[in-house]
Amino acid sequence: MDLLEIGDRVVAMARHGEQVEAVVSRGRDTEIKAYEGEIESLSSAQSQGVGIRVIAEGRQGFAYAATFDDDVLAETLAEARDNAGFATPDEFVGLAEPDGVAVADLDLFSEALESFPTDRKVELAVELERAVMAADSRISGIESAEYVDVMAEGAIVSTTGIRTLGRETACYVMTYAMAVENDETQTGFGFSVGRDPNELDVATAAAEAAQRATRMLGSVKPESERLTVVLDPWVTAQFLGILAFTLNGESVLKGRSLFAERLGEEVASPLLTLVDDPTNPSAFTATETDGEGLATRRNVLIDQGVLKLFVQNAYTARRAGTRSTGSAVRGGFKSTPGVGCMATSLAPGSATQAELVAGLGEGLLIQDVAGLHSGVNPISGDFSTGAEGLRIRGGELAEPVREFTIASTLQKMLKDVQAVGNDLQWLPMSASGVSLVIDEVTISGV
Amino acid sequence: MIEESVISRVLGTALRTGGDFAEVFVEDKRSSSAVLDDGRVEELTSGRDRGAGIRVVVGDTTGFAHTADLTEAGLSAAAEAAAAAARSGGGGTRTIVLTRQDAPVPNVVEILPGDVPKARKVELLTRANETARAQGGAISQVSASYGDSRRRILVANSDGLLAGDDQVKTFFAVSCVATGDTGMQTGRESVGHTVGFELFDRYDVEDLARRAADRALTKLNARPAPSGQMPVVIGSGGGGVLFHEACGHGLEADLVGKSASVFKGRVGELVASPTVTIVDDGTMGGEWGCFAIDDEGHAAQRNVLIQDGVLTDYMWDLLRARKEGRQSSGNGRRQSYQYLPMVRMTNTYLLNGPDDPAEIIASTDKGVYVKHLGGGQVNTATGDFVFGMTEAYLIENGEITEPLREGNLIGNGPEVLTRIDALGNDFAMGPPGTCGKDGQGVPVGDGVPTLRVSSLTIGGTAA
Repeated sequence: MDLLEIGDRVVAMARHGEQVEAVVSRGRDTEIKAYEGEIESLSSAQSQGVGIRVIAEGRQGFAYAATFDDDVLAETLAEARDNAGFATPDEFVGLAEPDGVAVADLDLFSEALESFPTDRKVELAVELERAVMAADSRISGIESAEYVDVMAEGAIVSTTGIRTLGRETACYVMTYAMAVENDETQTGFGFSVGRDPNELDVATAAAEAAQRATRMLGSVKPESERLTVVLDPWVTAQFLGILAFTLNGESVLKGRSLFAERLGEEVASPLLTLVDDPTNPSAFTATETDGEGLATRRNVLIDQGVLKLFVQNAYTARRAGTRSTGSAVRGGFKSTPGVGCMATSLAPGSATQAELVAGLGEGLLIQDVAGLHSGVNPISGDFSTGAEGLRIRGGELAEPVREFTIASTLQKMLKDVQAVGNDLQWLPMSASGVSLVIDEVTISGV
Repeated sequence: MIEESVISRVLGTALRTGGDFAEVFVEDKRSSSAVLDDGRVEELTSGRDRGAGIRVVVGDTTGFAHTADLTEAGLSAAAEAAAAAARSGGGGTRTIVLTRQDAPVPNVVEILPGDVPKARKVELLTRANETARAQGGAISQVSASYGDSRRRILVANSDGLLAGDDQVKTFFAVSCVATGDTGMQTGRESVGHTVGFELFDRYDVEDLARRAADRALTKLNARPAPSGQMPVVIGSGGGGVLFHEACGHGLEADLVGKSASVFKGRVGELVASPTVTIVDDGTMGGEWGCFAIDDEGHAAQRNVLIQDGVLTDYMWDLLRARKEGRQSSGNGRRQSYQYLPMVRMTNTYLLNGPDDPAEIIASTDKGVYVKHLGGGQVNTATGDFVFGMTEAYLIENGEITEPLREGNLIGNGPEVLTRIDALGNDFAMGPPGTCGKDGQGVPVGDGVPTLRVSSLTIGGTAA
């Protein structure tokens, strides 16, 4: 069934004076886990659903359902309409309206995925495990080795003239390897992402997982001290995810952003330029339209340390007296649009990670962090996470260290950026990674 | 939800080309939520999720498919897809005779939230908002959320099991931002139980709002947390997540089976201080992680994981238990019909010890008192885990003194278990949690009495 047509059917039921929006989506995904040379599990699933938003007299209501039968659509619309009656009227509430920005043609759908046989997907997962095991004699096994793909299409139709249809494919392989030596176990992950399986690099994913695990063997708990750290691209990407919250127009309007009132000010080191660009097809989260059906666009948020822009959706833009930046995000058909960054990246510098390490003398390379959701508060700016990595001594990677935390504040870390690497890497998340050197970070260990 | 004869035939279809085991899991979940933020009731949401997940097991391989189409044709197509995924060969026709095996319900739901007018739910939000804002001019932002769900499940498998459950949950949370000279601080309080709207006869949303606001206000005067190792006292109720991370995940049989747990091969050994007894209990009536049957149809159980410091058993789901020739421990859970079940915790808690909580603090010369914990994370293979502190104070000369800013604490599970040198007699369950594992979230509960860990690493910035 045509998704636009389902959206049209919902919107046609709108009453006079009422705004109605339907988000209709459908997806198919495959997940294959390999273990000890066999398939541990193979899941193939199809999912679909419709989310309906109704706005009347400045009040918004929402409901969703997982089937497209006419009676279900009518019932869901009625429920959303009923829900709207309980909201507090707000003059700025309303659907997005077409703003004339052209939709980029990003070619995010690969036919090759559709025709790729399941047997060969299975081989990729099995091969991933085999490659991890063969990478190093200290590799004792895997926690997981999996192949995942997803094909998704979505439509947004509204009474305000939005009518978009998009489809995309994505896949990845990912593994967690375990290395054992002298009764000590360490773990490391590796992955590779693409639009279709032909783009996946199993060998590199396996080698990275094995290297990350084995290089942590013999690790000790470091001394507590203040040091310069090099964040691995994977860690930087997670850091950007937190930073994005503070640059979100909703956080700003609702008094939850550190950077409210600071547009035009220098909030970071001049080395730091942060761009959110979902129109970059290299981004795993690239998308042609946002969660309200507006064209996505390239937004420069921080330019050489100066705060330039907050991302906005239709509601936050209207309330802030500005334009949507095409940054409405939604978690599928089951939720109303929020606002957020979709594909952030830092402008890369010129040095490799090895050069950054060599230039430091003393420091610590952070390979992974844990507890970003529990020890980082993007509202207060307090930053504290568990970490593991390698001590840097005399400009070289030295002993592995674990069971320590790194702490500072978001405000201070942005100012303390000493260098940005040239190793920009797109990751399976809404941010890219790059090596990042930050000064004056507190290490809590022994 | 679906006729027995249909399920029986679908199981037969799933095993038509061979296969050792087949299961049909049917779910029909209705949920509603309401959010107030920035002084306005922003929206009410209603949703319905309904479908079935079918798995077929052949040797060590599991095939899985799910569908939102609950007709016999839809279920049969999913059964065939699951069988193909499991690559069953062989063949033959099997007739499955189902026997109803329902388990006792852990508690009776008094008021179905679906029967409560929406206006009453919204009124809770506005009361919480007004109360929080009345705690002081420094409270600069408040959000409140209400949620309820009714999840009906039906599980049938080729062993002949047929069981159902009707799980009703109600939830409420308040989050506050306080603004002062030192910037912004936050405070959050939540309550959630496997009960109906009677939740609000037992808990006062205004009390919740006051506590959330106070937490944010207190932290406006907080100093940076210390950096380095020192004794840590964990407050009653608020600290169960410590054990969820320190040993709970490491006692899940799937991780143990892959040698991805530091607790592998240690059953029967002393793994914790002899005062420590840890239980995982799905039967705990009304708690956030309770149920009559797990998502594989097995009755909820109370399982002692560590008794007087000795590791007694791991937690098991059906597949891992079958492999070992034993019974499931009722820990097979899944986020929804769209996922395969795996070993998950339910309500995990530490039993009371002998000590007076006030004495535990009084006997701590210098340390940190963590009254309320945030989330956590663990690497079960190394045992290293972190957890956040959302309300904490310094202990100086046996007294609780200054409030501390937020941060993570880090430790190693097996080490921390042996470092529990005081255990209070004031056990309480903590707030509702969502445990994430392999991309699936399930509701869990936890609880502890006041206790002290002789040494943990505090991840602050102060010397």
